[in-house]
Amino acid sequence: MHPAVSVIFFTVTSGAGFGLMFLMGLGWPMPESGVGIFMALALAGLLSVAGLLSSTFHLGHPERAWRAVSQWRSSWLSREGVLAIVTLLVFGVYAFLWFFFGVRSGAAGVLMSVFAAATVFATAMIYAQLKTVPMWQTWLTPACYLAFSLTLGLVLAGMLNGNGVVGGLPTALWASLSILLAWALKMSWWNRAGSVGFSTTGSSVGSATGLGAIGDVKLFERPHTGENYLTREMVHQIGRKHASKLRLIAVALGALVPVLLMLGAASGMVPTLFLALAALSLLTGLFAERWLFFAEAKHAVSLYY
Amino acid sequence: MNEHVRLDTSPHVSDEVRKTTCYMCACRCGINVHLRDDGTGTGKKKIRYIEGNNDHPVNRGVLCAKGSAGIMQHYSPARLRKPLKRVGERGEGKFEEIEWDEALGIATGWLGDVRKSDPKKLAFFTGRDQSQSFTGWWAQQFGTPNFAAHGGFCSVNMAAAGIYTFGGAFWEFGSPDWKHTELFMLFGVAEDHDSNPIKLGLAELKRRGKKTIAINPVRTGYNAVADEWVGITPGTDGLFVLALVHELLKAGKVDVDYLIRYTNAPWLVVHAPGTAEHGLFARDADQKPLVIDRRTGKASPYSAQGVKPDLRGEIQLEDGRVARPAFHLLTDKYLDEGYAADQVSERTGVSADQIRSIAAQLAEAAFEKEIVIDRPWTDMKGERHEKMIGRPVAMHAMRGISAHSNGFQTCRSIHLLQILLGSIDCPGGFRYKPPYPRPVHAQPAPHGGGEPGKPLAGPQLGFMRSPQGLLLEEDGVTPQRIDKAYSWDAPMSSHGLMHMVIANAHARDPYGVDVLFMYMANMSWNSSMNTAGVMKMLTDKDENGDYIIPKLIYSDAYSSEMVAFADLVLPDTTYLERHDAISLLDRPISEPEAVCDAIRWPVLEPDRDVRGFQSVLIDLGARLGLPGMTNEDGTAKFKDYADYIQNHQRKPGIGPLAGWRGEDGSKTGRGEPNADQLQAYIDNGGFSQTHVPEEALYYKFANKAWQDFAVDMGIQDGPVECVFQLYLEPMAQFRLCAQGLAEPKTPDTHKQRILDCFDPLPDWYAPFEGEGIETSEYPFHALTQRPAAMYHSWGSQNAWLRQIHGHNPMYVPGDICDAVGLKTGDWAWVTSHHGKIKVPVQRMDAVNGKTMWTWNAIGKRKGAWALSDGAPEAEKGFLLNHLIHELLPPKSDGMRWSNSDPITGQAAWFDLRVNIEKAEAGEAESLPQFPAQDGPVPDGADGPLRYGAGWLKEFMTR
Amino acid sequence: MTMLPDRQPGAKALGLVIDLDTCVGCHACVVNCKQWNTAGYGAPLSDTEPYGDDPSGAWLNRVHSFEVTPADAPAQIVHFPKSCLHCEDAPCVTVCPTGASYKRAEDGIVLVDEDMCIGCGLCAWACPYGAREIDPVEQVMKKCTLCVDRIYNDNIPEEDRVPACVKTCPAEARHFGDLADPTSDVSMLVAERGGMDLMPEQGTKPVNKYLPPRPKAISDMAPLPAIAEPKADGGVLGWLDRALDRL
Repeated sequence: MHPAVSVIFFTVTSGAGFGLMFLMGLGWPMPESGVGIFMALALAGLLSVAGLLSSTFHLGHPERAWRAVSQWRSSWLSREGVLAIVTLLVFGVYAFLWFFFGVRSGAAGVLMSVFAAATVFATAMIYAQLKTVPMWQTWLTPACYLAFSLTLGLVLAGMLNGNGVVGGLPTALWASLSILLAWALKMSWWNRAGSVGFSTTGSSVGSATGLGAIGDVKLFERPHTGENYLTREMVHQIGRKHASKLRLIAVALGALVPVLLMLGAASGMVPTLFLALAALSLLTGLFAERWLFFAEAKHAVSLYY
Repeated sequence: MNEHVRLDTSPHVSDEVRKTTCYMCACRCGINVHLRDDGTGTGKKKIRYIEGNNDHPVNRGVLCAKGSAGIMQHYSPARLRKPLKRVGERGEGKFEEIEWDEALGIATGWLGDVRKSDPKKLAFFTGRDQSQSFTGWWAQQFGTPNFAAHGGFCSVNMAAAGIYTFGGAFWEFGSPDWKHTELFMLFGVAEDHDSNPIKLGLAELKRRGKKTIAINPVRTGYNAVADEWVGITPGTDGLFVLALVHELLKAGKVDVDYLIRYTNAPWLVVHAPGTAEHGLFARDADQKPLVIDRRTGKASPYSAQGVKPDLRGEIQLEDGRVARPAFHLLTDKYLDEGYAADQVSERTGVSADQIRSIAAQLAEAAFEKEIVIDRPWTDMKGERHEKMIGRPVAMHAMRGISAHSNGFQTCRSIHLLQILLGSIDCPGGFRYKPPYPRPVHAQPAPHGGGEPGKPLAGPQLGFMRSPQGLLLEEDGVTPQRIDKAYSWDAPMSSHGLMHMVIANAHARDPYGVDVLFMYMANMSWNSSMNTAGVMKMLTDKDENGDYIIPKLIYSDAYSSEMVAFADLVLPDTTYLERHDAISLLDRPISEPEAVCDAIRWPVLEPDRDVRGFQSVLIDLGARLGLPGMTNEDGTAKFKDYADYIQNHQRKPGIGPLAGWRGEDGSKTGRGEPNADQLQAYIDNGGFSQTHVPEEALYYKFANKAWQDFAVDMGIQDGPVECVFQLYLEPMAQFRLCAQGLAEPKTPDTHKQRILDCFDPLPDWYAPFEGEGIETSEYPFHALTQRPAAMYHSWGSQNAWLRQIHGHNPMYVPGDICDAVGLKTGDWAWVTSHHGKIKVPVQRMDAVNGKTMWTWNAIGKRKGAWALSDGAPEAEKGFLLNHLIHELLPPKSDGMRWSNSDPITGQAAWFDLRVNIEKAEAGEAESLPQFPAQDGPVPDGADGPLRYGAGWLKEFMTR
Repeated sequence: MTMLPDRQPGAKALGLVIDLDTCVGCHACVVNCKQWNTAGYGAPLSDTEPYGDDPSGAWLNRVHSFEVTPADAPAQIVHFPKSCLHCEDAPCVTVCPTGASYKRAEDGIVLVDEDMCIGCGLCAWACPYGAREIDPVEQVMKKCTLCVDRIYNDNIPEEDRVPACVKTCPAEARHFGDLADPTSDVSMLVAERGGMDLMPEQGTKPVNKYLPPRPKAISDMAPLPAIAEPKADGGVLGWLDRALDRL
């Protein structure tokens, strides 16, 4: 699949924003100064809204984006839109009460957490629902999205709360555990992706053309000699060398570097700075991870090309 | 609940439908051109849609990709806009636009000088011309012998072999009897002139569950859907066919009755080696060929009442000479074990089992599945037949057979096979389309000569009867024609040798020309062998600094590669802006059961300063004072081509169009000109159709009812006997000349090849190119075929078709890939004895294992056709033409033959032998490349094309 | 609505039956479709760089070519036209967030209401067949409409009220009709010829069916028996003698 920058940016940043909201709603330690509260709310709000806005750049007709909330009964994309709006509304109420009245409403918080998680889940389901992309069609896809979203949220929360302690553990350690969980999920996602091919659906050039019963089928001529929307969008080819390099970058920046930084933070070294650096590294690593999520995905249409 | 109520399922389509004839290829389908107000408020009409005309005899409502892309062709940015005069050097493409008066003045000056001094110094060759009966007539009035169209480099072998053998031909001149045939054999066809009718026919066979056997090295297109594929080695089809003949003869599976009645199989051939009669027919005093009458055992004229001809034996004639029936010679020849399946298998690449199986299938279809139609008919001898008997084996062949140096004989071999099976023009067989049958003696003979200021005595092109008719100078050697047609080089040329014109004019062999005048012929690109060489010939100058080919007038509608080489460009219209007659005098659109012809008419007026080429010729003819185009007072006889179409009479009562003749339009075929004839055609959808009487539907070659009908229709003036010529006597005559036994004597240089190739019985010899080189150096064959979406289409650069075929790979058989280390996506060097090209490679297995191929004419020169310089056609597309030379490799004496069939001069494109090796990684660009031409028109718009946006009523605001 | 319509009793399922045994790969359907639809339903089918380095455009129907190599026979080429299959369980419809994509209850045609399309491309992602393309200029999703503006169009002659691709196909490889009606011509063809679904495992239940190529093989008819020793007089010439006597 063609890795569209706007979509990569959207899934990562909105995931970060909603992850932070999720923790906020659960009552995770947050700064208590007015500036700190503002920073926390702004970060959560901006990341999620920027992500959502960026996703509209991917649209042919962004001015009609409002129509996208109508089909929540069948469409995960529509659900995502609805859930994101509801989450942001609840976030608005929560933020209003917190910022102006210093109240972190438990009820609004739980609601916000539930909707934030649901939004990230819906985002992931847009991909995970697609039978046409067997690599995506697994419970691991939402699991990864949720885990990375949680991890981003935790790192950001730690950065904001100065590595506050929850349940006896500093946030950085929570984040480290989360990052391990997320990457464990992602490793098994990659592991599955490496072997899944079209085997989950049983599709092949033979089934795509119905000619498999006659013999070995291979493409002789594309319908047109040039590229077209389908080849650009769905038959994206990525060099193997290229891919393994990017995986290294994703793991290095998305796991190793943040964990080291967070361990540093946990051991008491300027936690805010170290966690900020960890967040930046993680974001960068996840951009690479998300790029690969699209670029390596094989769409059924590629069987025709 | 429906949110989508705005969907209008019955929208307005168009304001008006104009019916004309397509010209996106040579198929000539009927089209409905839907016009609609363009929405700009100017009242201008724009094409909304082009579809097939349901009532049209050729396409019955269907339309191919080319026809459907007509809109893009019509509005192409490559259209020329105004007459052009060269200002730069030839080939640069630098022009100034001039007015028509000036352009016609220049042309009249150049042509007038030539006509006054030496008319043969005009070489007038038309390429994709569909008005040859007119252009030929014009050239005849001008007085030059140097006229031809592109048949010589297309498929003349097919036409000539057919006419010489059975008075018909494949091309679009006949058709398999799709409705009745049981077995269909298709030779060497990728796409075809008869494009849509063949597809419709294949569909009918599929519907009827009848089998198609395809003989073609490449298994694409029609060959892909055929039930059985024979992946033959190029150039060996004749051998394969003669092996089938061998099997059939050996098993006695031939139609003896048919052979006796309708062919020259029983005619006696004189056996007198060393005399001037050897190999000729024995004739009586009235020149009637003789047969052995089985009743008496004596020689008798074949046409004598009650004669029962024998097909075998030997007879001593009254004068003592010995003679045998042609069929006796025929069986002797083909029963030779050299034609046995096992013997030809390796050479043809076809297994002996498959050859024998196909022979058995042919015999089964012809003789076990005989068709009997209860329709009495009477033959030309007056004998009544109660039924029409069909041998339902149909065949069709085209370019792949034709474009070899053995193509004439190969095609004759196919006709031999058809005739042995009794399957020409019988139910289920191969049928003539009117005006055929028209055997050689009913065709014109070729005319040469050319005297200053005078018309030629007859048409330039025709069929050579005997060596005495060769167009030679008094020395008996020098050709009269610039292309050497009808000389010892190509004695039975029939269509001329367009591919040799520029080379010969450049070599001044046999002489130089003064004006080269061409129409729709891309000779500086895909229509020439040795393309780079031709470009040089066109631009070469002599010691005085003058171009060796001094003046070049070219007419085209588009900025083709050839335009850049012209001194004067006469811009033609598109096919929707012109008048045309698709005439019975030329190549009409008839179907076996109907006499049909058609017109084009300007369904749109040109929006540029361009004129239909034929109207320009009419104008030039009047300016030059040519007979037939000028009144006695010197004024122009015809206003334009439309006027000519309606009012010209080739002979009294016979004109270009057969429909609605007579002053009131009530006559068909024969009749006075009708001032409303074109309107009558327009009202009828652009064509006329007259059904052949039931009794005349089959056996036209011997059918009295057909003869009567053909005379009524003006197709012929009296009965025309058409005896199939299995044994072709003129070939024997040429051999006698080569042996020095008859006049004119063949020059030494040509003797051996005439002896080798002019077998009066269909024969096979190895293609020349492979014989002239080390085949170990060039072990493979290379072919081109045009893709269906572009076949015969003038200007495949159009916005839609070029997306389908924007560049072309070389398809290389898997075996060769493995041997040479090639894979899809690699680049390779392909070499021939003449040149070297760098091409992208794609592996393919559904192909003869020794044959690589590519789509033809996709490659374009930078700067041509209003395409960007980086267009894929120029960057990655390539031509095989660079590997093919117009001359064969030199022989030991240094002599170089034309790369042509020695009988007809047909260009032997498909004899090409090549080698292939992997190219080092480098730029992904095909080679050779040539500097970009300056186009006389700007490149097409860079911006997106939103065709039809003007009609968008309620589209969203963006 | 992007919910799929409930199957109404008696509702039609209009679609195409494409005969892979007959298609010669000529692209007639491809270009005629482009022509009809660029000036018909909705926005034009645009082309970018039409005369430039990288010509490309939106098309609703494309012909692929495949090379199929049986275990025991030479490789063959199969031309393979492909456009929207108007699936019964059309995933492209249910994923649409705006309701622009819909399947008509009355005849099963899957359409895009271009005015409602936001150009997100998700429907194209959901389609396993590559039947949907975003127009490069108009930025809305384009797809085969089964010529819904022809098949019911009172302004064109009744015999022509079929999709443009079907009318124009010279090889008669395309058939149009109601596949819900088991007695329709198209249903009978499917039954007779073993019409198949593409990627049935995707669970899309395509309405369009493909007729598989008929088996091709080098036939093995027994060789013709020779009359006798071919060149001996009693052989072919002797046979000829007898044959002539019978005439």
